[in-house]
Amino acid sequence: MVKQLSVFVENKPGRLAAVTKVLYEKGVNLRAFMIADAGDFGIIRMVVDKTDEAFNALKSAGFTVTLNEVLAVEVEDRPGELYRISKALGDEGINIEYVYAFTSEKHRALIIFRVDNNERAMKVLEKMNVLFKGSID
Amino acid sequence: MYWSPVIERMPLEELKRIQEKKLRALVRNVYEYSPFYKRKFRELGIHPEDIRGLEDLKKLPFTRKQDLRDNYPFGMFAVPISQIVRFHASSGTTGKPTLVGYTEDDIRIWVESLCRGLVSCGVCNEDIMQIAYGYGLFTGGLGFHYAAEKIGATALPVSAGNTERQINLMKDLGVTVIACTPSYFLYMAEYAEKMGTSIKETNLRMGIFGAEPWSEETRKRIEDKTGITAYDVYGTSELSGPLFTECVERDGLHIWADHFLIEVIDPKTGENLGEGERGELVVTTLSKEAMPLIRWRTGDITIMETEKCNCGRTHPRILRILGRSDDMLIVRGVNVFPSQIEHVLMQIPEVGEHYMIILERKEELDEMTVQVELSDKVKIDKPADILNLTRKVEDRLRVVLGISAKVELVNPGTLQRFEGKAKRVIDKRKI
Repeated sequence: MVKQLSVFVENKPGRLAAVTKVLYEKGVNLRAFMIADAGDFGIIRMVVDKTDEAFNALKSAGFTVTLNEVLAVEVEDRPGELYRISKALGDEGINIEYVYAFTSEKHRALIIFRVDNNERAMKVLEKMNVLFKGSID
Repeated sequence: MYWSPVIERMPLEELKRIQEKKLRALVRNVYEYSPFYKRKFRELGIHPEDIRGLEDLKKLPFTRKQDLRDNYPFGMFAVPISQIVRFHASSGTTGKPTLVGYTEDDIRIWVESLCRGLVSCGVCNEDIMQIAYGYGLFTGGLGFHYAAEKIGATALPVSAGNTERQINLMKDLGVTVIACTPSYFLYMAEYAEKMGTSIKETNLRMGIFGAEPWSEETRKRIEDKTGITAYDVYGTSELSGPLFTECVERDGLHIWADHFLIEVIDPKTGENLGEGERGELVVTTLSKEAMPLIRWRTGDITIMETEKCNCGRTHPRILRILGRSDDMLIVRGVNVFPSQIEHVLMQIPEVGEHYMIILERKEELDEMTVQVELSDKVKIDKPADILNLTRKVEDRLRVVLGISAKVELVNPGTLQRFEGKAKRVIDKRKI
């Protein structure tokens, strides 16, 4: 499991800049980032190097920010890896709510999952020997 | 504890006899000395002899805000300027300012009324009272100031604004009682957290909040958040300023019957309503010299109770102000009070205390949008979290108001904050 920050933002010019300014000023480095867009607003989800610092800074800047834990999988950076994992989860009847991925020199390819049943998903991923157990920094 | 024990516990029948005597004197006095009332009485064919008892009150005409504007500045006065010792004026945001003059005795009775109220909710000479209502032409600051001093409490005349200094003084001096608008106090509580402290870390034990309608749920929120006991205060600038408060029973505000005669009427028809019925508060000043008012239409919606209070006081009570008859909004033909919206919002823990109501007209149809800040405790990870919460607030509003409103959830701290009276309605309709 890795820590993820979810930030609620109104869909207005300058809001993403307002969030990233706070992170920049605290010297927080983004590792993975995605926006779920829903018309009048969006949810920014991100994995960062200094999670607690980023959480506190965003909170005191007035953002609605939630700290949660999501599954992460570490695989080789090559074709077919996301297919292999998502098929295994699907076969077990586990629903994926959202997913995003990033690659880095240090971690090969990391895939972030939010699923409807963490426990069962972890068993499946353990068995495949892909569950990421390290920490993001 | 009572400030004036004999009068505060006098049987209601005796109080009524005082009221009748004072009403007869008032009518004779304004007929003689107030050019405005003399003219009005003559137009309506009313002679002072026609008013013998309280049941004759309804023969007298109402006095409205417009009368004060039309007779600005001195046309409502019943004494020469030489006897007037002070002026207060309302801000005049909705027209010409309204000017109120006070004789020395008017000030004395104003202070007396508020002293009775403050003592009834437990303020004593040990208290340090931070007065964060505006000082100046507005009546809030000076009204509380003189009453606090009269009781022997220590007045801290900080006035409204400069929130950081307010919190520092509160901490440093060990302030025990604060008087301000409820919305400003909530802002102060939030500001204290930002400063890395909390109202709970101060000696503050009580707040006396008014100058704008607020709800029972807001009281609960204030008390949960800050650990103080919150009391309601009522008054209007035309009647003197802050005059009446709740007592420790918190079962309505005591209206001092020896100085003020109250009625509750249907704002549309002007008919008197009975006890327990919701309507507009109408007040006749029985003791005011400089600017007596007969059947003053306060515009405030409330319910009257005359049963003796458990605290032992016999004077009639009004419930907390439920809204304004004139800031009642008419949306798609339906009457909506902002207080109803506040009531709904305060019952939903995922949203905060700050909100705005925006009215627009799109293709001949009224649209109401309620913007409300998310509570800082809410957990959001998926768009559905926001959408479900939005729907929940919208559903509750529809049930209570009888019409639909669009809800926009926004981040904490993004809506405007108010240091004085909150202005939460933006009406962009051009009707």
